[in-house]
Amino acid sequence: MAAHLSYGRVNLNILREAARKELREFLDKCAGSKAIVWDEYLTGPFGLIAQYSLLKEHEVEKMFTLKSGRLPSADVKNIIFFVRPRLELMDIIAENVFSEDKHHSSRDFHILFVPRRSMLCEQRLKEQGVLGSFINIDEYILDLIPYDGDLLSMEYESAFRECYLENDQTSLYHTAKGLMTLQALYGTIPQIYGKGDCARHVANMMLRMKREFAGTQNQILPVFDTLLLLDRNVDLLTPLATQLTYEGLIDEIYGINNGYVKLPPEKFAQKKQGEASKDLPTEPKKLQLNSAEELYAEIRDKNFNAVGAALSKKAKIISAAFEERHNAKTVGEIKQFVSQLPHMQAARSSLANHTSIAELIKDITTSEAFFDNLTVEQEFMTGVDTDKVNTYIEDCIAQKDPLIKILRLVCMQSVCNNGLKQKVLDYYKREILQTYGYEHILTLNNLEKGGLLKPQTSSRNNYPTIRKTLKLWMEDANEQNPNDISYVYSGYAPLSIRLTQVLARPGWRSIEEVLKMLPGPHFEERQQLPSGLHKKRQQGENRTTLVFFLGGVTYAEIAALRFLSQMEDSGMEYIIATTKLVNGTTWIKSLMDRPESQMT
Amino acid sequence: MTKSKADEEEYWNSSKFKAFTFDDEDDELIRLKESRQAVNSIRPLVDEDDDEDDVEKVSWSGEPVGSISWSVKETAASNQRTDREPAFPKIPTDTPSLSKSQSGYSLSSLFKGKTKGGNFQSFTDTFSESSVRLYAPELRKPKSEYKDYVSDWSPEETIQRLQQGKTAPLEKFRSLQDKLLLLDFAVSAHDGNVITAVLIYLKRTLSKEVLFRELESRQTALRHFIHYLTETKDQRLLLELLRALGRTEDVALLQYKEHLSIADENKRRDFLKSCLSLPFSAEDSAHVQDHYTLLERQIIIEATDRQAERGGKVEIFQKFPRRASILNMPLITTLYYCCFYHYTEAEGTYSSPLNIRQTFKISEKQYFVTALAARAKLKAWLDVDALFTSRNWLGFTRKKSPLSFHRVVDILQKNSAPTRVLQDYVGLVEDPDTRISLAQKHKCHDIVINTYRDMKDRQLLLGYRGKVGRGSAEERKIDELLNNQQIRWKN
Repeated sequence: MAAHLSYGRVNLNILREAARKELREFLDKCAGSKAIVWDEYLTGPFGLIAQYSLLKEHEVEKMFTLKSGRLPSADVKNIIFFVRPRLELMDIIAENVFSEDKHHSSRDFHILFVPRRSMLCEQRLKEQGVLGSFINIDEYILDLIPYDGDLLSMEYESAFRECYLENDQTSLYHTAKGLMTLQALYGTIPQIYGKGDCARHVANMMLRMKREFAGTQNQILPVFDTLLLLDRNVDLLTPLATQLTYEGLIDEIYGINNGYVKLPPEKFAQKKQGEASKDLPTEPKKLQLNSAEELYAEIRDKNFNAVGAALSKKAKIISAAFEERHNAKTVGEIKQFVSQLPHMQAARSSLANHTSIAELIKDITTSEAFFDNLTVEQEFMTGVDTDKVNTYIEDCIAQKDPLIKILRLVCMQSVCNNGLKQKVLDYYKREILQTYGYEHILTLNNLEKGGLLKPQTSSRNNYPTIRKTLKLWMEDANEQNPNDISYVYSGYAPLSIRLTQVLARPGWRSIEEVLKMLPGPHFEERQQLPSGLHKKRQQGENRTTLVFFLGGVTYAEIAALRFLSQMEDSGMEYIIATTKLVNGTTWIKSLMDRPESQMT
Repeated sequence: MTKSKADEEEYWNSSKFKAFTFDDEDDELIRLKESRQAVNSIRPLVDEDDDEDDVEKVSWSGEPVGSISWSVKETAASNQRTDREPAFPKIPTDTPSLSKSQSGYSLSSLFKGKTKGGNFQSFTDTFSESSVRLYAPELRKPKSEYKDYVSDWSPEETIQRLQQGKTAPLEKFRSLQDKLLLLDFAVSAHDGNVITAVLIYLKRTLSKEVLFRELESRQTALRHFIHYLTETKDQRLLLELLRALGRTEDVALLQYKEHLSIADENKRRDFLKSCLSLPFSAEDSAHVQDHYTLLERQIIIEATDRQAERGGKVEIFQKFPRRASILNMPLITTLYYCCFYHYTEAEGTYSSPLNIRQTFKISEKQYFVTALAARAKLKAWLDVDALFTSRNWLGFTRKKSPLSFHRVVDILQKNSAPTRVLQDYVGLVEDPDTRISLAQKHKCHDIVINTYRDMKDRQLLLGYRGKVGRGSAEERKIDELLNNQQIRWKN
């Protein structure tokens, strides 16, 4: 089911198996038939760990969504609540339990908190007078969820806002815990590098936790050579830019959630032969996207302009394979052909799906609006006219384009200019408040707190220096046959990934000046390995680095790291971990106050 | 990036980018088409239903059959089917739906509930051990856990126990010094849940003055405390704290934010009025003043117009009934509304567009775009025309606009202006290439023909002849031009 997790350099299936084992153990603690009541938010992340079949094997007979009122009737011995530790959920659970007692009396209640128990929640249950009704109160530690063969995510949406706006470091604590779990399974990571305040915090916590475990030596041969912790606020620019890889664009346009995307159904209607086209389905088509799908693994990280060619090549191969049937003469040949059929059918349907998606995206990327927006982004990133009011942004406001689009562009201009001139900033703010409503004062203040939007404090603009030193803009980005990571944004090389690349070779010492211009400290720590666990490296053997993005990572950045892993002479393979997969829109949205009130 | 200096200069000064190439888009489209054709031409050899035999089965909604979220729906549905009694009580729509926007567990997510009665007053009561069984997998079990039977824990041990989700009475820490030690250990553990737990104990057992003073030198704990107060909606104490810290702008914004939860417009207006004296930054202060003034006006306009609409005597409200109330709409939307319903009003009234423009210092461009769109929507072409000529104070008859005529044409076209109106403005686009492409797009034949004539381009004119209707006036005009001996064609 999750074989794709074990294809990579590091077998992430081990992590998934460990998570499944814990789940089974918990289920077995509640002997007898059971029903699970789900905090709906958790079904997505849990889907990455287990299917219904696993639960069924452990006598889970019914599943419900957590809702206030009375629990649906079900003839089971145990009722288990799978919930996040949130107070409003406790109130609903209390309501459920209360109304239950009047009708049945023989059912046992349990709570499984994900990812951590919370004393405050238990206290709330106690206040409501239901704490005593629970036989088991446990926690299911799900910090890092294996998302793909080289990708781990905490699916912790509010991490950036909490860290940089509210200064709540809880997500960092979970990050450190998750990294400890990872080290318990994959060995101590000997080298830790980091850049940014949050990175420093996480590293400190890890080292402290390690001291607490002192005495129990980790005897596993280290799988990772290096851990790199990166604060999102070290590179605020990258998520603001429109991603131009296939997967990045799917996320920008339709949004990928827990590995699934919902698409407009029209393009996916299957017309059977000889059948009149029936009514088109109105429900969105939901597709799972991961490297288990051969074709998707091949094209996801390509620049979108190279996807058409890849699909047409694939189409020819598949057509040829189907044509083979005419050549199959002997019984043996026919048998052989038939045995390959299921695989070919799957390949065909995969090709059909991605052709449809590519057509949908093409409609958007060829539009004038998309082109104009991209042109302005690229002007900003190359430092053209970042110090004046931009006419395009002005026009977009006048046309009342979505506020998030405006905010993305204005923030980008601010970041590329190391802050906007007070006059320019005031002008934008005024136009935005007049057009979208004065209550957005709050959102604008949030963006300022997060450093995405700010007045220029010194006359010196660091960005051009950073851009030139790190080669953030490559003029001849090759979209078809890339030779540099800048292909993922058709010219712009993501700052975060450049830092990663330079760290591997020639090392951060070569860019001390630039590192000082970026916020937060940079550091290096070493963790002692027990003797005997030092790796004897074969000549030419690649090293493995785990890059952890604190506050979110985009699909385009992931694509760039995969590109580096595949480069023949890089000598480095990357595994990626993050608090949450983000794009400019979801990221800005997480920083808004009441984002739902502005969707016009 | 190894360009010569001169090259680079030139490069930065130009703003043309070829990145994300659109040049070979035809080529790309053809390739996609190839792929589409291939997909369609491979006839399914077996029935479509067996299509995905070897891959995961996916229901139409896309969840793999057997995935958890799919199964939740399935079993819930089957439950409803088989049981006669209404298994899922109908939930009134105003029940707070579970927000899906946040995952994980964090300070912000801990307190989102309805606070009922006392704020965790009895928090430090110990839970009975029996109801609380720790479930920690082997690999994460630190050895300190085996000391469970000890009951006299130091501040450090207490924090560790809390971190592991176990009981540890806080009451025994009575001296200020012990309490602060507890807090400092909690902070250095970085566990937000534990920090908050200690803070709640401190809040209950220390005077505000002492607590505020001690928090001031402990920034992390302070931030957690602020967050805790925000989430439990203890607005009063929070404002007190922020004032004590001298964080006046935060106080102002926090108070201002409350207006969002006031539904009644009059109460909201009064509340905003009370915000005016808050210590905002200079620029925010001006915005909040505008916000108040706007709502005040909207309330007056809404009352008047609703009456006018009901009275049935004002033609414009009969012809174009109002779709929604103007209350709480943004300023520009309000301006649009007033340009639509109150365009000709004298400058003295609240609903006069000119008055609004002045009061809120709306930029010329914004005003122009908004008025143009509103009048075009009403097909008041004379008003549209006047917008351009009215600023013709030098006595010229030429039309002027703070907006490029290209954009003007866009706006008019979006409001389905007829060709005869459009062509007036297409003709004013200065750049001949843009003008021609706009004219062709909107079928303003005269402009195309005249432009080609002015360019003395016989070939293009000849080519365009094929695009106009046979025997049409345009065709005759082209023929006349082509036969005109006095024009010196360049080709």
